Amino acid sequence: MGLDFTVLPKFIDQLLLGSMWTVAITVSAAVLSFFGGIFLAVVVLYAPKLVSLPFRVFSWLFMGTPLLLQLFLIYFGLIELGVDLPAFVAGVIGLGLHFAVYNSDIIQAGIKAVDTGQYEGARTLGLSKLQTLRKVVVPQAVRAVVPPIGNNMIALLKDSALVSVIGVTELTLSSQLAISKTFRPFEFYLAAAACYYVINLGLEAGLRRIERRIQTAR
Amino acid sequence: MDFDLILRVYPFFLEAAWVTIQLSVYSIALGLACGALGAAARLSRSKPARAAGAVYVSVIRGTPALIQLFILYFGGPQIGIQLDAFEAGVIGLGVNIGAYMTETMRGAIIAVDKGQGEAARTLGMSRAQAMRKVILPQAARLMIRPLGVNINAQIKGTALVAAISVVELTYTAQRYIGSTYKPFEMFFLAGVIYLVIIYATGLGISYLDRKAALR
Repeated sequence: MGLDFTVLPKFIDQLLLGSMWTVAITVSAAVLSFFGGIFLAVVVLYAPKLVSLPFRVFSWLFMGTPLLLQLFLIYFGLIELGVDLPAFVAGVIGLGLHFAVYNSDIIQAGIKAVDTGQYEGARTLGLSKLQTLRKVVVPQAVRAVVPPIGNNMIALLKDSALVSVIGVTELTLSSQLAISKTFRPFEFYLAAAACYYVINLGLEAGLRRIERRIQTAR
Repeated sequence: MDFDLILRVYPFFLEAAWVTIQLSVYSIALGLACGALGAAARLSRSKPARAAGAVYVSVIRGTPALIQLFILYFGGPQIGIQLDAFEAGVIGLGVNIGAYMTETMRGAIIAVDKGQGEAARTLGMSRAQAMRKVILPQAARLMIRPLGVNINAQIKGTALVAAISVVELTYTAQRYIGSTYKPFEMFFLAGVIYLVIIYATGLGISYLDRKAALR
């Protein structure tokens, strides 16, 4: 069986729709992982030990196990607990939590790198601890860690392909559906790879713009 | 938590863990080879070699590993490449992590102080000698930690081959979740094994790193 790329045009709409879902799931999970990462970082660094312990155990677990396994746990595990989430939501939660842990690691390093004088200065000016964190320390820390968080977001885009296994009809599953009708895996997976590559280029360009803007704002 | 069930099924999980370990070792070995080749190409004086290295890194890092596995395993037969799932897993994962290792190795080599290479050349060494005797030994030390990050990611990455039905740890967990409807127990069991493998590997890498730094 040779290659025949003429089967592709008929399914272009399907692949484009899949690409849109891939973008949607990536963006939603990215937002969740960003704020989740900030939350985790602040809790781990500042909350009393007893409060932060479960969050540290959670981070340790999620860093040491594969994303695919975590997706299975969230999708099938929550059903066992009586919460039947749509696959899309389960996918966003799984991807978002997984990358929140990685973002938290980076943000913690960023927070530690913020000059202690900033913290002391804010406290001296009469800001409460929480205000100091929210208005002075975290904004500076997040700015410093935009490039490594950007790398995580690029990894997130590619790992979003994994949610196809729990039945989210994003790009990967869309191409699988086309394959089941045409029996042409090579052509369609290659087309899907091309779509991911283009989305990835867009994401990289967007991240570069954000980095530049943050640098000039300083 | 149903501990009876865990006690009943854990031998199957251990068997599957052995497959995960084999997948990791083979694919990491292949990845290191691809990484060394890729780094050599990207730092080469020949333009075509540099371009080939850049395309390899950009294409592999720009697309999901899962899709690369699917192209190799399901698409391979269309272009005359017949692999069983385990072979496809090792080759697909190895070539994938190789692109990340290319960048790690290249980064470490260019991080070695420029004066080192220049001094070696001034002492009459050829370019190859300077690379082999002066730059690479120093770069190797700088590589250990970041390569460790790649290796850690790869061990977790082996879970992907569950999607081409290699019976490794994640596939086994998934199968038992399906047949027992006990996702938490199965996650717990597979999770513990992954954690042991990953944190043990991490300790090994820290040991190597410390040992290299002492010299």
